[in-house]
Amino acid sequence: MSDLYQLSVTINDTEYQRSVEPRMLLSDFLRHDIGLSGTHVGCEHGVCGACTVLFDGQPIRSCLMFAVQADGHEILTVEGLGTPDDLHVIQEAFWEAHGLQCGFCTPGFLMTLVPFLEENPDPDEAEIRHAISGNICRCTGYQNIVEAVKLAAENMRA
Amino acid sequence: MKPPPFEYYNPRSLDEALSHLAEHGYDAKILAGGQSLVPMLNFRLAQPAVLVDLNKIADLAYIQAGNSGGIQVGTMTRHAQVERDPIIAERAPLIHETMPMIATSQIRSRGTFGGSIAHADPSAELVAISVALEGKFRLRSQSGEREVPATDFFLGMFTTQLEPEEILVEASFPSLPPGTGWAIEEIARRPHDFALVGVAVVVTLHSDQRIQNARIVFLSVGDGPVVAEKAAESLRDQAPSPNLLRAAAEIAAAEDIDPSNDIHASADYRRHLAKVLTRQALETAIERAKG
Repeated sequence: MSDLYQLSVTINDTEYQRSVEPRMLLSDFLRHDIGLSGTHVGCEHGVCGACTVLFDGQPIRSCLMFAVQADGHEILTVEGLGTPDDLHVIQEAFWEAHGLQCGFCTPGFLMTLVPFLEENPDPDEAEIRHAISGNICRCTGYQNIVEAVKLAAENMRA
Repeated sequence: MKPPPFEYYNPRSLDEALSHLAEHGYDAKILAGGQSLVPMLNFRLAQPAVLVDLNKIADLAYIQAGNSGGIQVGTMTRHAQVERDPIIAERAPLIHETMPMIATSQIRSRGTFGGSIAHADPSAELVAISVALEGKFRLRSQSGEREVPATDFFLGMFTTQLEPEEILVEASFPSLPPGTGWAIEEIARRPHDFALVGVAVVVTLHSDQRIQNARIVFLSVGDGPVVAEKAAESLRDQAPSPNLLRAAAEIAAAEDIDPSNDIHASADYRRHLAKVLTRQALETAIERAKG
């Protein structure tokens, strides 16, 4: 086993200190070490988008980073977005517009869309489809996800 | 799928990084954005003994306007930063137009300009446009620095002139001469996928609007960036016309490239796409060159 590295990372506004092997993926660190299993792991090679989290505000694939690289940085996962009693406006829109079926891909979609809608408050359909092109959903056929994004954008502008 | 164990260094300076590479040589891999390397580690296609992570070296990420109108991009500059940079938009419109084509927003947040070039994937847009724009790369090792033109840098699939103890530290691009237009076209099955075929074109016109020089560079049709020399030669000093561009595109597809069959597309289909995309890219570039 390789040496352990100390890291200090802020996740959903809480600071955590842990020691990790350098090969520990950020996705596994979030799920297994921190216990935040809302970040889903699909393909583990950067194709499916299920493990998307925000790293210093930018969407990244947590399966393509090592936990040790998050030392000193800020991460937002789906658990930091909203609560069952107080959903984020994008979560609310996914619910309203039936933007999910099994829900496995949903955390990745949500985390991709948070910075996208901040940067593009009034996206057209082509922009929405381009924005979510790095997230795979095997249930919905994307139609209702696109509708959910439109609804979220509308509600965020209101 | 989990990466194999490795020894990990995250140096705070370029000199420190170079000393790790000098010590470990072929046993070490450089970790830049990791968007190609980490999948290879996860699949265990790569099992380097040592990883030298450049992410803590802040002064390797920058975009600078050069003195003579060109630009310089530090190797660790993220794609997302290049995509949104006003200097790039103003001075390097082909780079600006290319950035959103690269992978997905999540990959562009993390992936780096120099990492993509050093990785030398024949499907990488930055590899092809570096050649089309006649860029240059600065390579540094403990024993010194050298500058290599993009046209000489790429040796084959995932293979470049980089020695194991060297780091690509900067890419630079000259300003485009007056009367120059550019375009990039690609076709992929899904928006973020590796392109089946792509082509980058830079065309400079004489003052009488005949074509002075055309650079046509393909991605995804060979072991590296493929320069369509015969097609470019057929355009030299000619007045642009739809027939001329169509003929040049046919030459490019038939004579300049030798695409392969794979599960994504047949060689014939790739030639067809190359022909269509080359014609479209030439049309766009010439329109832009006319201003």
